[in-house]
Amino acid sequence: MMTLGTKTVNTWCPGCGNFAILNAIKTVLGALTEEGLPVENIVLVSGIGCHAKIVDYVNTNSFYSLHGRVFPAATGMKVARPELTVIGHAGDGDAYGEGLEHLIFAAKRNVDITAIIHDNRVYGLTTGQYTPTSPAGFKGRSTPFGTKELPFNPLALMLASGATFIARGTSHGIDLLKKLFREAILHKGFSIVDVLQVCVTYYNMYEYYEKRVYELKDHDPEDFNAAGRKIREWDYNNDGKIAIGVFYTKDAPTFEKSFPSTGTTEDRGQKIRELLKDSI
Amino acid sequence: MDNLSMLIGGKAGFGIDKAGQIIAAIFNRRGYRIYVYRDYPSIIRGGHTFSLIRASATRRDAHEGHVDYLLALDQETFDLHKGRLKSEAVVIYDNDAVKVSELPDGIRTIGSPLAKVVKEEAAPDISRNTCIIAILCKTIGIDWGLAEEALRRYISKDIEANIKAGSRAYRESPSLTEFGAIDQRPHPLVSGNEAISLGLLKGGLKAYLAYPMTPSSPILHYLAHVAEEFSLKVIHPENEIAVMLMALGFSFAGERVAVGTSGGGFCLMTEGLSFSGMAELPIVVILGQRPGPSTGLPTYSCQTELNFALSAGQGEFTRFVVAPGDPEEAYYWSSEALNIAWKYQIPSIILSDKDLAEATYSFDEAALATAQERPPFLWDRSQAYKRYADTETGISPLAFPSEKDAIIKINSYEHDESGITTENGAITKKMEDKRLRKERLLREDLTSLQTVRVHGDKDAKTALLCWGSAKGVCVEAAQELGLKVVQVVVFAPFPFEEVAQALAGAKKVIAVEYNATAQCARLVRARGIAIHEEVLKYDGRPFSSDELTKKIEGLL
Repeated sequence: MMTLGTKTVNTWCPGCGNFAILNAIKTVLGALTEEGLPVENIVLVSGIGCHAKIVDYVNTNSFYSLHGRVFPAATGMKVARPELTVIGHAGDGDAYGEGLEHLIFAAKRNVDITAIIHDNRVYGLTTGQYTPTSPAGFKGRSTPFGTKELPFNPLALMLASGATFIARGTSHGIDLLKKLFREAILHKGFSIVDVLQVCVTYYNMYEYYEKRVYELKDHDPEDFNAAGRKIREWDYNNDGKIAIGVFYTKDAPTFEKSFPSTGTTEDRGQKIRELLKDSI
Repeated sequence: MDNLSMLIGGKAGFGIDKAGQIIAAIFNRRGYRIYVYRDYPSIIRGGHTFSLIRASATRRDAHEGHVDYLLALDQETFDLHKGRLKSEAVVIYDNDAVKVSELPDGIRTIGSPLAKVVKEEAAPDISRNTCIIAILCKTIGIDWGLAEEALRRYISKDIEANIKAGSRAYRESPSLTEFGAIDQRPHPLVSGNEAISLGLLKGGLKAYLAYPMTPSSPILHYLAHVAEEFSLKVIHPENEIAVMLMALGFSFAGERVAVGTSGGGFCLMTEGLSFSGMAELPIVVILGQRPGPSTGLPTYSCQTELNFALSAGQGEFTRFVVAPGDPEEAYYWSSEALNIAWKYQIPSIILSDKDLAEATYSFDEAALATAQERPPFLWDRSQAYKRYADTETGISPLAFPSEKDAIIKINSYEHDESGITTENGAITKKMEDKRLRKERLLREDLTSLQTVRVHGDKDAKTALLCWGSAKGVCVEAAQELGLKVVQVVVFAPFPFEEVAQALAGAKKVIAVEYNATAQCARLVRARGIAIHEEVLKYDGRPFSSDELTKKIEGLL
């Protein structure tokens, strides 16, 4: 198997949940390339935050974008070159805060890209503030007395927005993570995997998740209503059970296929003259 | 008579804009050169709107403040514009809607019961615009056939009823003069926005992205309309931030892309602009200026974004900024903006404004030969690929996914030659030097292009310094007064030498700009060149030729 690692020194904290995501994506991409996916067709896009360093650690084409701006950039390159396999890594602050509108629109368009959300429910790189998925009362550096707002459920939002593959995993369940990433990448349409990722430094939820997660069984991911019920079971705030696995899948037309394919620009002079003739 | 100015006005929703286009088309077919200024409020129904149509034997890219014909579909048009009537002007009006007050001797009036005519001919109310065009044509001796042909080209809805009402208005009105045809080939009529669109297409545009915003939306509409024909991908994303980032995704994938907006949208694009500077992703931005600050006057014009275009985005990076002054320049520089963006892997900004963007001009087709698509520097596979390879010119050869054997790493952080993030001081300096070094070759390339243009009497001791859409009116005022015009076309990199050379010999330099702080004059002064007077207008309306001529005359 080809090596997808780089020589870049890894600067994640020891025990960071990002390592599991990195290992899972490298394994999945390695397997897919062995099965025939040309490695040069792969592009990893990232936002800004701890998660985003992943593009420096994987030896594929990459696009280290701006905070919140993973999905418009990923959409642009996918529409430009539909043969590319575009995987967007984003943090929860990135995708659900700064760039929420873009995430909703990427789902709405059903553009064939994959969103992997490193959802540690805290801002790591800016040293510990609350995010859109932090529970109410979260005490961070910007909310020393606890947040006064509830988190939102990003997967319920994605279901409402038109995403056609919705899943959740955790950073300490790497086998499931590999399975979810693989299915998400192979899914034709907008796929999102929300990864409950442990931030050992600012919000260590390892034991909390260990006690509560369970893998979805006997769930029909093609049933929209069932998916909605399962997605709403845990609201990112209560202390109930947390389902992981694939909540929803659907076949639907993808955005990038709706454009004319790129043609030659050589004959444009004549076409321009013809257009101008109409305005004499 | 080789110069005729007409004003048609009414409420938004009366079809004033279309009527202006039809009148322009009729005169165009008769060999006249056309300029149409459109004045409309940011309202869909109601509110005063008017078009000033100028037909001349020779090209004149400005409107006259005074008119030969006033076509009034409502009282407000007459009341607001009667002061514009020339001494032998003609007022054509709907006497069901307009009461014409006492006018000086020499001015003739033709009132016609247009509301009654359209009602009796079972035509829609809006066809009063057709009727008033018909009366104008009859008055100046233009065949009904020619008028009907133009009406049919521009009107699709209820056209037969329009023609019926129009032909009756034509029959029932008097013929006053004979306004002959001119024996020269008609030119296509285009707006600045159309010229920009066509220039981009010629420059190899593969994708256009925009969020609607006056005055640049017509580019989005035009390109969306021709997208299939040109295999063009046109997208209207959720906001201007997405527009810019999506465009950078196209750029990364190797497709020539442009985005269009106005000041407010450009504010949202600036983080992406800076990203383009850092990550060396080619992008073309059309920045159509309209008066601010903030929402300002959405449908009016200004030249207030020069400083903004020159300095937008955090950090220091090479950029190209050009401000075309007419549709031929807009066509050429739009294609060139793409070539420059791709050769240097930098952002190119085309500064337009509402007047250039939406005015109608006679387009000289000779300009078509000026534009061509040129390829960027591509990776030749002779060495291992590094996206940000440090070279003598600062330009790193391009490769696009899915090129084999090339790992293409784009990065908004400071990065090494491979595109891997760095915080190392020496590499930071080296990479910043590399990016800024690109300006040297760009400056060299630009020396052979018309970055500064001189018009009028080149030996005159007084020069008007202008840029952008002020060019047309300055050229006419200079012609009238025997002056020189120095037009700055490229603003970044700023052509100091060329401006100094163009202004050499002028004892008096008068800056003419549509802003309150003389932004172009400041740049020129920074070079130590004296600007003696400033003629600034910032009420959203362009100078008419007579108004500017009078103002300049007062300064001589």
